[in-house]
Amino acid sequence: MNNKNVYVFAEQREGVIQPVALELIGKARDLADVLGDKVVAIFAGHNIADQANELIAYGADDVIVVDAPELKDYVTEQYTQAVYQVITAMNPDIVLFGATTIGRDLAPRLSARLEKGLTADCTKLEISDGSDPKLEARKLMMTRPAFGGNLMATIVAAKDGVQMATVRPGVMQKKDKDATRTGNIIPFTATFDSSKFAVKLLETVKAEKGLIDITEAKVLVSGGRGVGNKENFEKLAALAEVVGGEVSSSRAMVDAGIMDHDRQVGQTGKTVRPNLYLACGISGAIQHLAGMEESDLIIAINKDKFAPIFQVADLGIVGDANKIVPMLTERLAKEIKK
Amino acid sequence: MKIVVCIKQVPDTTVIKINPVTGTLIRDGVPSIMNPDDKGGLEMALQLKDQYGAHVTVITMGPPQADAILREAYAMGADEAILLTGREFGGADTLATSHTIAAALKNLEYDLIIAGRQAIDGDTAQVGPQIAEHLGLPQVSYVAGLEYKDGKFIVKKETEEGYQMLEVAGPVLLTALASGFKARYMNVAGIVDAFDKPVAVWGVDKVNLPLEMLGLKGSGTRVYKSFTKGVKAAGEVHEVDAEQAVGLIVSKLKEKFII
Repeated sequence: MNNKNVYVFAEQREGVIQPVALELIGKARDLADVLGDKVVAIFAGHNIADQANELIAYGADDVIVVDAPELKDYVTEQYTQAVYQVITAMNPDIVLFGATTIGRDLAPRLSARLEKGLTADCTKLEISDGSDPKLEARKLMMTRPAFGGNLMATIVAAKDGVQMATVRPGVMQKKDKDATRTGNIIPFTATFDSSKFAVKLLETVKAEKGLIDITEAKVLVSGGRGVGNKENFEKLAALAEVVGGEVSSSRAMVDAGIMDHDRQVGQTGKTVRPNLYLACGISGAIQHLAGMEESDLIIAINKDKFAPIFQVADLGIVGDANKIVPMLTERLAKEIKK
Repeated sequence: MKIVVCIKQVPDTTVIKINPVTGTLIRDGVPSIMNPDDKGGLEMALQLKDQYGAHVTVITMGPPQADAILREAYAMGADEAILLTGREFGGADTLATSHTIAAALKNLEYDLIIAGRQAIDGDTAQVGPQIAEHLGLPQVSYVAGLEYKDGKFIVKKETEEGYQMLEVAGPVLLTALASGFKARYMNVAGIVDAFDKPVAVWGVDKVNLPLEMLGLKGSGTRVYKSFTKGVKAAGEVHEVDAEQAVGLIVSKLKEKFII
């Protein structure tokens, strides 16, 4: 079988292309350029075809549009049937999925149906150059954290055929949009076996959050155990507002019920890479570091001078964040006005 | 109702540390625990048992010492326990693991199979959905709540934006979130009895699959290399008063053009 090209499952929700789809297209572009292959987006949904050009503008060469009323909302079996048919018809070399609640539900189901391996939550993807006799050239090298972020493992496919990986949102970087890029939009008709549609979606409820996803924030003011309570988190929020950022937190504060899970940075939360990560009262457990150490600039404030967070911080302040943050907010408000 | 819960023994990754000199993982003294999401899954099963009556079987694939989490499951309220163990299963990735467990489950009757969303040693979230596919069952992952009404399960699935409510009739496979099901404590009488209860030990004879589909040979992926992350060169750390701290931060932000 001749497997070719780098495919991306371009996730959309309610017709909105998800940021992770564009990030994956960006990465797929790099991989395809090394291989001399094309980037192909699999775009499944209903009444979405008008957005296919957006995927091209961010780096896709071809967009395979699977448009069907069955695909209006994500349900495991419907999507598995559609994407399975695309993969078996096209024989991709590589397929990438976002490690979201959709991608992490769909990709393993496909992996089992295709009898192929799948590597979860990759943080790095590369193509082997053949320099190591233990690994043939042109294989996808998928690096991911294991043991709660304590260990990194590079995984390769053990079977011939398609190589599949999920990648966490916020890890890869999308390319700059180029509206002049051209590509092919290819309609694909999937046939459905509705006798397998056992799960019925009753309703989708959005939690009242009204906040920017922390993976998209340029500045994160993040609080941990040392911040301690809701009142002190208000101080972080005030600072975040002045610098145009968002508030995030460590797992401890989520477990304590002070912050929502969608604000959590780390191995079991989200991976972020903002321009500035200001860690307040966060000691820096390895699970937390795994989610933020790629940030461009890390500033940490912690009372304990031996806190591991200082090992990844560009600037570390040994002190009380609850005291320093309000002063910093006041000072920055003046600086920014100038 | 017959429920089977798939559980796994894992090292408590929150206490693993890296040896700063050699850069290797320190595994000594790291306790083994029942994987948190699996424990949530067992709690989900026990809540159904409390409300509607159910027979709850726990099954784990692992080395003989994984017996410990089966005893813990007994002490929480499970009715039956199976240890799936054998050299043939070693070195399995998620694909081979899911084939092995699915084949073992074919020996059992079930209306509901529950797995944890993911295990803290691998964090893949793959084995549950893969088992469902091998058994031809529907699945719902990221389950944070469950009701049973008129022969159907009403399932609350967590998503990034909030949640979804889904309806499905059994048999079905659900993957549970620890955060949705706060696990009960073992009860004292249960702990005492747990050590007298029988654990069925199943080997490869209970798995009706060719050996090529098991363990390392049956895996769809292989580890090419593993390594600990190099520690990023630490920046400057200052012990100064709050006023000076603010000054340092502001000049850093200016230096990096954040402000």
